[in-house]
Amino acid sequence: MSPINYVYLAALLFTIGASGVLVRRNAIVVFMSIELMLNAANLTLVAFSRMHGNLDGQVMAFFVMVVAAAEVVVGLAIIVMLYRSRHSASVDDASLMKL
Amino acid sequence: MIGLLVGAPLLGAAVLLCGGRRLDRAGHWLACLLSGASFVIGVLFFLDMLGRSGDDRSLHSHLWSWVPVEGFQADVAFQLDQLSMTFVLLITGVGTLIHIYSVGYMEHDPRRRRFFGYLNLFLAAMLLLVLADNYLLLYVGWEGVGLASYLLIGFWQDKPSAAAAAKKAFLVNRVGDAGLAIAIFLMFTTFGSFAFAPVLSSATDASEGKLTAVGLMLLLAACGKSAQVPLQSWLGDAMEGPTPVSALIHAATMVTAGVYLITRSGAIFNAAPDAQTVVVVVGAVTLLFGAIVGCAKDDIKKALAGSTMSQIGYMILAAGLGPIGYAFAIMHLVTHGFFKAGLFLGAGSVMHGMNDEVNMRHYGGLRKHMPVTFVTFGLGYLAIIGFPGLSGFFSKDQIIEAAFAKGGTQGWILGAVTLLGAAITAYYMTRVMAMTFFGEKRWKPDAEGNEPHPHESPRSMTIPMVVLAFGSVFAGGLFKFNESFVNWLEPVTQFEHGHSPLSATAVTSATVVALVIGVGAAWLQYGRRTVPSVAPRGSLLTRAARRDLLQDDFNHIVLVNGGTYLTRSLVYADNKVVDGAVNGTAATFGGLSGRLRRLQNGFARSYAVSMFGGAAVLIAATLLMRAV
Repeated sequence: MSPINYVYLAALLFTIGASGVLVRRNAIVVFMSIELMLNAANLTLVAFSRMHGNLDGQVMAFFVMVVAAAEVVVGLAIIVMLYRSRHSASVDDASLMKL
Repeated sequence: MIGLLVGAPLLGAAVLLCGGRRLDRAGHWLACLLSGASFVIGVLFFLDMLGRSGDDRSLHSHLWSWVPVEGFQADVAFQLDQLSMTFVLLITGVGTLIHIYSVGYMEHDPRRRRFFGYLNLFLAAMLLLVLADNYLLLYVGWEGVGLASYLLIGFWQDKPSAAAAAKKAFLVNRVGDAGLAIAIFLMFTTFGSFAFAPVLSSATDASEGKLTAVGLMLLLAACGKSAQVPLQSWLGDAMEGPTPVSALIHAATMVTAGVYLITRSGAIFNAAPDAQTVVVVVGAVTLLFGAIVGCAKDDIKKALAGSTMSQIGYMILAAGLGPIGYAFAIMHLVTHGFFKAGLFLGAGSVMHGMNDEVNMRHYGGLRKHMPVTFVTFGLGYLAIIGFPGLSGFFSKDQIIEAAFAKGGTQGWILGAVTLLGAAITAYYMTRVMAMTFFGEKRWKPDAEGNEPHPHESPRSMTIPMVVLAFGSVFAGGLFKFNESFVNWLEPVTQFEHGHSPLSATAVTSATVVALVIGVGAAWLQYGRRTVPSVAPRGSLLTRAARRDLLQDDFNHIVLVNGGTYLTRSLVYADNKVVDGAVNGTAATFGGLSGRLRRLQNGFARSYAVSMFGGAAVLIAATLLMRAV
């Protein structure tokens, strides 16, 4: 199987993630969609690594995973605080920073 | 020592105006005394001057440095030469007589002390004007004269007409003052100085264009102060002031300032023939203008005012002729000072006896009731029309001769205008004389129903009139004798004999013929026939002349309405164009930001859209650039 198909899959996953971020209101779902986009990016990195025959992309993918793990910790903490303060996980409720 | 000439009346003004009520009883005598003191000092200087030779007569006195800055030296310094001396004697001499006359004339006025304070201020300002040795100090005197005339014309300020006349005189004079200021600026940039000596001696070094500009600005100044066309409109209204003020303005001070300025700046005008031509034209136009107005007025003072305008026109015309005319301009100025002061004081005396009636149609037959006034006024009358042998004859005849001597077509036109002016002068003065002193009584009771009881005025009023009458009779002959006046002024104003195409005898005969025609015409119209006590409708010209040849209508339509429209359109342009541009810009950006603000709705999703959109655009652009 040609590695280019992984790139198509990654594009599909990225698009699903992006639309999830844009259309969903639940902070948890938005968060999961972001994870989906990150993993789509990881998939492309690994796929290109395979295509070019070196390991640079795979190394990069590990970095992304580490960053994503850190992001999950901070992001979930924020979502929990949001839920505690207003009993809702809707991102539209947190729209106070405007004129 | 020269400073005392100015100082004495200035002191009088200060004491009288600051001294308060305790000076009410004797203040006017103090004013007369100080004005007389100034005259005596003037005479002493004059005698001292006579003892020296012609070129050695100019005195100089530096009082203090006014603005001592490098490259800009303004001094308070006086210069007393033959020209200034002539003016000093005229101003203080006639001025003192008018002071004495006012003691009687203003006897019942509760504000007499203040009046005398203003009179002294007027003299002081005028003396400063003629004694200054530089144009800047002259300007101080010039403004002082304007201020004093404003205060005196509007002396009876409770009358709205007097207050308005004072404002009018002041405003019209401001126009002339602006001209003088600009002339001084131009002098400073051209010559680096405004003292008489450096400016006048180096006048020929400057370009003719600049000199013409300076000359025209000086002429504008002279027009304002001397009531020449186009700035003549204030003079007739200035009659609202007390009669001694009119005498002072018309004979000794104020209107003579313009003639002085042009004569003093002779060197500039000599080098700018174009400016000279304009001066001559202004003089000629005013000379006819004033004379025509004088013919139509029924108010005795306004008729005399028209006459002053016309006579000053003669002087300006003579001054515009250059070295052939300066001396005659000043000579006419001095003789005019005598007879016009005499005429105004006589008119005041008539009004004094007639319950302040000014309409000549309500006079008539006064010669029996006021013999002294009649004789002195009559001598002034003979002098002004140029009756052979009296003052006016000599001075006016000389001007007419000089006008012919201008040469060419110009000379003939000017000669004809001056001759015509002489005939009209004879006409309107005979009219005044006949309506006032001859014919039957047309007296009317005044507003309160008091019948007039004409009586001769008190001594303090008749004595100055008698003295002035002597001047009106003999001054001209004295000046003409041996050409003494011309020789006296020659070192200052230069003198050239004009070459008239007509012989002196021919000019004199023509003048006398003009005189006879004028007197005859007026006598037929006003002397032999009864004068109606209500003015007839009159021809179109008469009606125009009664309205001062529409000068006020012209000013109103052109200047007042024009100015109003100009300011209105400027305000409109300011509101719509300037403010419109500024406010429009602000409104545009305000509206734009109002729209853009809606993008900041606080929803994380919409921010994410813009991020995605931006990223998409960037990637698309990158790819596009790659492809190309």
